[in-house]
Amino acid sequence: MKQTISVLVENQAGALNRITGLFSRRAFNIESLAVGVTDDPTISRITIIVDSGNSVVEQVEKQLNKLMEVIKVRTLEENALIGRELMLLKVNANNKTRQDIMTICEIMGAKVTDISPTSLTLELSDTPDRLDTFQSMMRPFSILEVARTGMVAVQKGAGKI
Amino acid sequence: MKVRATQAIMECLLEQEVDTVFGYPGGTILNLYDELYHYQDKIHHVLTAHEQGAAHAADGYARSTGKVGVCFATSGPGATNLTTGIATAYMDSSPVVFITCNVSEGLLGKDSFQEVDITGIAMPITKATYLVRDPQTIPDVMRQAFAVAATGRPGPVLIDFLKNVTFLNTMIDYEFIPWDQNRGTDSIRQLAVSHGLKAPEPDLGDIDTLVEMIAQSERPLLICGGGVVRGRADRQFRTFAENLDAPVAITVMGGGGFPGAHPLTTGMIGMHGSQASNVACNECDLLIAVGCRFSDRVALQPDTFASQAKIVHIDIDRSEIDKNVLTDHHIVGSAKRVLELLNQRLPQYQHTEWKEHILPLREKQPVEHGTDRLTPGQILDAIQQAAPQGSIVATDVGQHQMWSIQHFHFDYPGQLLTSGGFGTMGFGLGAAIGAKVGNPDKVVIHTTGDGCFRMNCHELATVEHYHLPIITVVFNNGTLGMVRQWQHLIYQEHYSETTLDRGPDFVKLAEAYGLKGRRVTNRAEMEQALQEALSCGCGYVIDCQVDMDEMVRPMVAGGAHITDFLLK
Repeated sequence: MKQTISVLVENQAGALNRITGLFSRRAFNIESLAVGVTDDPTISRITIIVDSGNSVVEQVEKQLNKLMEVIKVRTLEENALIGRELMLLKVNANNKTRQDIMTICEIMGAKVTDISPTSLTLELSDTPDRLDTFQSMMRPFSILEVARTGMVAVQKGAGKI
Repeated sequence: MKVRATQAIMECLLEQEVDTVFGYPGGTILNLYDELYHYQDKIHHVLTAHEQGAAHAADGYARSTGKVGVCFATSGPGATNLTTGIATAYMDSSPVVFITCNVSEGLLGKDSFQEVDITGIAMPITKATYLVRDPQTIPDVMRQAFAVAATGRPGPVLIDFLKNVTFLNTMIDYEFIPWDQNRGTDSIRQLAVSHGLKAPEPDLGDIDTLVEMIAQSERPLLICGGGVVRGRADRQFRTFAENLDAPVAITVMGGGGFPGAHPLTTGMIGMHGSQASNVACNECDLLIAVGCRFSDRVALQPDTFASQAKIVHIDIDRSEIDKNVLTDHHIVGSAKRVLELLNQRLPQYQHTEWKEHILPLREKQPVEHGTDRLTPGQILDAIQQAAPQGSIVATDVGQHQMWSIQHFHFDYPGQLLTSGGFGTMGFGLGAAIGAKVGNPDKVVIHTTGDGCFRMNCHELATVEHYHLPIITVVFNNGTLGMVRQWQHLIYQEHYSETTLDRGPDFVKLAEAYGLKGRRVTNRAEMEQALQEALSCGCGYVIDCQVDMDEMVRPMVAGGAHITDFLLK
């Protein structure tokens, strides 16, 4: 089961290293990891998605809590979070296929960010599942490049960690 | 007040009441050693032969005294030589502050001479690491490092000062604040809140639940783990065990947490655990483990471990709960505090029938008498009879370690120094040095094998220089005995690269270092050698000739059911 862990850490050299190091040495598999500074420049938020059972996630949480750089850890309930990931996707496109690609973009809400005689670069921000769908729809046109950020997430409503 | 940065480092050590440091100087740490020169009346520095020895000595000092150990080393190879020692301390939750110096700011990250990212290397084997680039942060970092090392679940911390931070013309603001007051400074108070620097206060509801579980139990078993030793909770544990009237199994790290000769003791538990401990574990209906982490050497097969029992885990470290063995109930808190609360609530129980079933199983391996050859049992028996019962025992790792722990009984925390978690061959002599420096009035015995001893025997130079009358007893069987035992039992006697048919002559080696030594081949010679060793007032090496096919009994293979004895 995929679970989303939100971690607030001190924004200092080595903090990310410590956290990713923890995952590798405890043999926890990370599905995705996204880091960015919060409103407070001394604190970063790391959003981690792990695909493991509850006991592993519980261990991840406890081990993260032990690190000096970690300020707070919270596993976000799946139905109580808002999660988004950004994808940039470059796909082969010519006069014949361009219109079909644009139609799919319209349906999925993706934007065209760059164009060349033989390609389109598309941008989509959505849930990881929807990005997967979009990516599979683009595959028949021959994808040239994909870059995804990994999901960032916050709790629904006014609650904060 | 303005002081030199290096002076602030020394003063911060004095704030923590540090009077002993183990270490080895070098290029980048020269400034610190220059400052130490001015502080030599207040801080006694023990110069070892190798940084690894210094690390083990600081660790052994910490384990045996209950204080925080301190170890200095230079950058690059000096720092990397510490790593085995740091990992050893980390796995056994021993509080040591390691202080290294790195190259100067301008050379950092340029692959400079003797440069290494030691804070990066030490990250997974420390509670915290600090790279100090700003001299103004020295007092804060030093105070934090000691607080982190000593509180909660103890463990090693590493501080790496850039050389320019320690330049002798670097002046910083500093004010002496004794440790019990500086724990209240802002940065540490903040850390205490966010990271539970203080041990968590046990939940009273959890305590009551356990009291009820105890009332329901007919066959309770206690496990005394390393947390009882580290937390110096031996008195509370003993009261608890006696009130509960339950058998007590002791882990390797728990040695000294409960009197080894107490009528309730069933001895060691796990891979080389006693019949009594392992059977009790399998048959009990309530297992209360205090400060143990159910390692793979105790809970060999986690799924069937104590399968008839409700498992209760008491530990200071929340992340240990349900890590290796799933528990039915747990209490998070220091062993001392939890046991105090339990003792206040516990009536006197009698579990006579259960005890009568388990305790008779705890027969020790018999000591062979009337044989010409020298057996491990005879060696240990002779030591036990000759040395005072309070003697500190530092072991290396392997057969002699298991024999020592099975045979001796340990009565107080810090009496047994052994690398239980990391299993570091070569730990013993360094640890013995640290223990002797920290406990000059106690007899310190270092048991070792020929394989282990050869790894770090250069520390005999330290033993000689500081006149430390440590008795080294080498179980010299000409082989890596424990590995050979596995090869014999599991690998069809393929003795691949375990035979140590080579020098040196350990007696001559001792003499070369200016110490005394003797080779013994039977019990009478062993007794004479011990008398000499105990009275000579200097380091002494007893080279005991032991048969290479001696085995550690009992034995349960790794991953097997706890009562599935491969050897009885």
